[in-house]
Amino acid sequence: MDNKVTQKKSLLHSDAAQKLLAFGSLIILFIVFSLASPNFAKFDNIVGILLATAVNGILALGVTFVIITGGIDLSIGTGMTFAAVMTAVFITNWKLPIIIGVVGGILMGGLCGFINGIIISKMKVPPFVATLGMMMATKGLSLVISGTKPIYFNDTPAYRQIAMGSISGIPNAVLIFFVAAIIANIILTRTILGRYDFALGSNEEATRLSGINVDAWKTAIYTLCGLFFGLAGVLMASRLNSAQPALGQGYEMDAIAAAVIGGTSLSGGEGTILGTVIGAFIMSVLTNGLRILSVPQEWQIVVTGTIVVMAVYLDIIRRR
Amino acid sequence: MAELLVKMEDIDKSFAGVHALSRARFELYAGEVHALVGENGAGKSTLMKILTGVYSKDSGRIYIKGQEVEIQNPRVAQNLGISIIHQELNLMPHLTVAQNIFIGREPRKGIKFMLDEQELNRRARELLDTIHMDLDPKARVSNLTVAKQQMVEIAKALSIKAEVIIMDEPTSALAEAEIEELFRIIHHLKSEGKGIIYISHRLEELKRVADRVTVMRDGRYIDTVKIGEVTREQIISMMVGREIYETASAGAENSNEVVLEVKNLRRGRTIKDVSFKLKKGEILGFAGLMGAGRTEVARAIFGADPIDEGEIYVKGRKVHIKNPGDAVKHGIGYLSEDRKRYGLALGMDVETNIVMAAFEKFLGLLGWIRQDKTRLEARTRIEELKIKTPTLKQKVKFLSGGNQQKVIMAKWLTRNCDILIFDEPTRGIDVGAKSEIYKLLNELVKEGKSIIMISSELPEILRMSHRIVVMCEGRVTGELSATEATQERIMYYATMR
Repeated sequence: MDNKVTQKKSLLHSDAAQKLLAFGSLIILFIVFSLASPNFAKFDNIVGILLATAVNGILALGVTFVIITGGIDLSIGTGMTFAAVMTAVFITNWKLPIIIGVVGGILMGGLCGFINGIIISKMKVPPFVATLGMMMATKGLSLVISGTKPIYFNDTPAYRQIAMGSISGIPNAVLIFFVAAIIANIILTRTILGRYDFALGSNEEATRLSGINVDAWKTAIYTLCGLFFGLAGVLMASRLNSAQPALGQGYEMDAIAAAVIGGTSLSGGEGTILGTVIGAFIMSVLTNGLRILSVPQEWQIVVTGTIVVMAVYLDIIRRR
Repeated sequence: MAELLVKMEDIDKSFAGVHALSRARFELYAGEVHALVGENGAGKSTLMKILTGVYSKDSGRIYIKGQEVEIQNPRVAQNLGISIIHQELNLMPHLTVAQNIFIGREPRKGIKFMLDEQELNRRARELLDTIHMDLDPKARVSNLTVAKQQMVEIAKALSIKAEVIIMDEPTSALAEAEIEELFRIIHHLKSEGKGIIYISHRLEELKRVADRVTVMRDGRYIDTVKIGEVTREQIISMMVGREIYETASAGAENSNEVVLEVKNLRRGRTIKDVSFKLKKGEILGFAGLMGAGRTEVARAIFGADPIDEGEIYVKGRKVHIKNPGDAVKHGIGYLSEDRKRYGLALGMDVETNIVMAAFEKFLGLLGWIRQDKTRLEARTRIEELKIKTPTLKQKVKFLSGGNQQKVIMAKWLTRNCDILIFDEPTRGIDVGAKSEIYKLLNELVKEGKSIIMISSELPEILRMSHRIVVMCEGRVTGELSATEATQERIMYYATMR
C-alpha cells in the first residue's frame, strides 16, 4: 500500500506538474500584462513577442540537449554570431547562392559544436571551460573576419525573407522556430540520441559500462547544439539584414535561463523541449511586457534575473 | 563435468609501478556459484575489471569456453556474455526499468535512429516474467528500492544473454527478506547453467549460496576450495594470512545514567512513533529491515531532517535540535552510512578532515587557524585510532574504507561528541579493518562515550550491542538485552507489523 502512495505522490511531482507550473506562470504573466496595458495583447505586439522568442528559443533548444547531459555550452551566443558572420561572408563577400550560405552558416555552427564536443569528450576539458574558450574564440573570430564592421545583405534582398517573410501574418522565423522545436522534441524523445542524452546526464559511468560509446554521443550532442546555434545565427542575420559581429555575448545566458525555467535540470538527466519552449516564451513575454509598461531597461534586467532564481526555487520546493 | 566458462591464468597488472595483481588466476564452470573473497586491496576488483574490459591486463591469458580472448573494452566483454552487477549500482536513475535494461541495445524502427518504445516495454515485460520479477517496465528507476534496482541490474545482465554474471557485494544494501529473494534468483540462474562470480565481505552468506570459494591476498591467488570443506575461520585466516580474533562485546559495565532520551518521535510516513533511552557507556544497536526508518530516526535526532512531533532529552535536559549545528552543540555526532557523500571532504587532507568540525578550538589571536595546534591534534588522533596514512597531508580519498571511517570518528572525537550515532559503520569495509573498528567502538564506550549503532548485519549487531532496539515500518517493535537477543528474535520483531 505504501508503494502506491509513493507512486501517486511522484505522479503529482512529475514532469506534467512541472509543465503545468511553467505554463501556468506564462498564462498569469500574459493576463497581468494584458490588464496592465491595452497595447500588450494586440496582434502586432504578440507577433513581436513571437519574433523575439524565435532566436533565443532556438538557442535554448540546442542548449537543452547539452544541459541534459549535465554539461553546459557558453559558446552558443557568440557561436551564433560567428555563424551569422560566416553566412554573410559566403553570400555577400563570396557571392555564393543564398541556400549555400544558409547551409554553410548552419554547418559552421555545427563545426563549433563538434570542436566543443571533441575537446570535452576526448581531451576531458570540463564543459564550462571548453565552451568558455569557444565563446571567446568565436567572438574574436567574428570581429577578425568581418573587420569589426557589420556585413549587410543589400545585394540579396531575398535573404531577408528567410526570417521576415510571413505566412498569414506569422513571420517565417517563428514558423522555423516551431518546426525546429518539433524536430528537437522528436530527437529527444524518439531517437537513440535522445535516449543516450538522458542516460549520460543520469549516470555517465553506467552508460559507458553499458558498452555505449560515450565520447561519440557526447560529441554528437554538442554538434547538434552547434547546428541549432548555427540556425539561430542565420535567422538573426536575416532579421537584422546584416551580420553584426559585436552582438551575441549575453544571449547564451538568456537561452540557458529559458531552459532552466522550463524545468531542465543543470545537474543533468532531466528536461523537456516543451518546457524549454515555454521557458523561452516566459523570458520574452517578461521583457516585452516590462518594456510596454515603460519599465527602464536596466530594471528589466533586474526583474528577469529575479524571475530566473524564483522559477528554479519553485522547482526545488516542488521536488521536496 | 560442466563446461569451463572462464579460465584466467597468470594475470599481471601494475598501476604506476605498483603491482595490483601478480600471477592471479581464476576458473568458473557453468552452473557454479564461485565466491571470490579477499580483503580490500587484495585484487578482486582489479581482476574482475580485467575480465569485464574496464582495465587491460599487462600479461597473462584469458580463455572463454576454451577460446583465448582479448577483452579490450566493456563492449567486448558484453559480447562474450560477461556481465557485472556493481556494488554501487550502475543504473540511470532518470530512465525507466525497460530503458535501463536495454540501454545500448534499444529496438529500432523505421530509420536507424528511431526508438521503438512499445517493443522495448514488451521485451522487458517478457524478460521480467521469465525470471518471475515483480517489476513495472515503465517505472522510473529512481522511485525503486535498492533491492528492486538490483533486480533491474540482474535483468539487464540476462537480457544480453550473459552466461557469466559477476555480483560485487550484492547483499550489502539488502535486508534479510530481500537477500532471500536474491538467493532464489541466483539458484534459478544456476539451474539454467549460468556461471556466477560472487564477491562478498559477508562470509556468513557464502555457505548459503556458493559452491566454491577462491581467496586472494595482496594481488595473488591463495587457494580455491569447496565451500563445504572449509570453515569460516579458515577462510578468514587465508584472507589475512594470520589468525585474527574478532573482539567480543565488552561486558555491560555501563552505568544507569541516561544520556539521550527520545520520546514519541514522529516524522511524516517514515517515523511513526519512536521512543528509546541511551545510557552512558553503552552501545545501543538499532536493528531492522531496509526501510524500517532507522536512518531516518538518526537524521531526525541529528537535526538533518525536521521532526513533526516528539521530545529529545540530552542528559536529562529537554533540547530543541533544529539543525546539525544544534546537535553537535549538545555533543551528538552522526557518522553517515554514505561516508563519501556526507562524512568526508574527499579531496582534502587527513589533518583538515579531522579538525574540520572544530576549527574554533584552534583559533589564534585574530581568528587565524593555529596550524601547530591542528597538526598536534591530528597527530594525536591518528595515533589514538591507528589511522594508516603516510602523512598528515595525504588526501582522504586515497585511504582505504576502514581508514576513512576512522578519520570521521577522529573528526567527531575532536569536536568532543559524547553521543555518537554510527550508521552502518562497517559497510564495504574488509574483515581485518572491521575488527579494528569494533575494537575502537569498545574503547570509546569504555571512555564513557555512548553509541547508537545502526546495522543491517545481524552478527555485527549481536556481537557489539549491549542492548538492541528493533524497528519495523517506522515504529520500535521490540527491545532486547544482549543476553536474550538472537537472530531469530530480532527477525521476529523486525517483521512485526
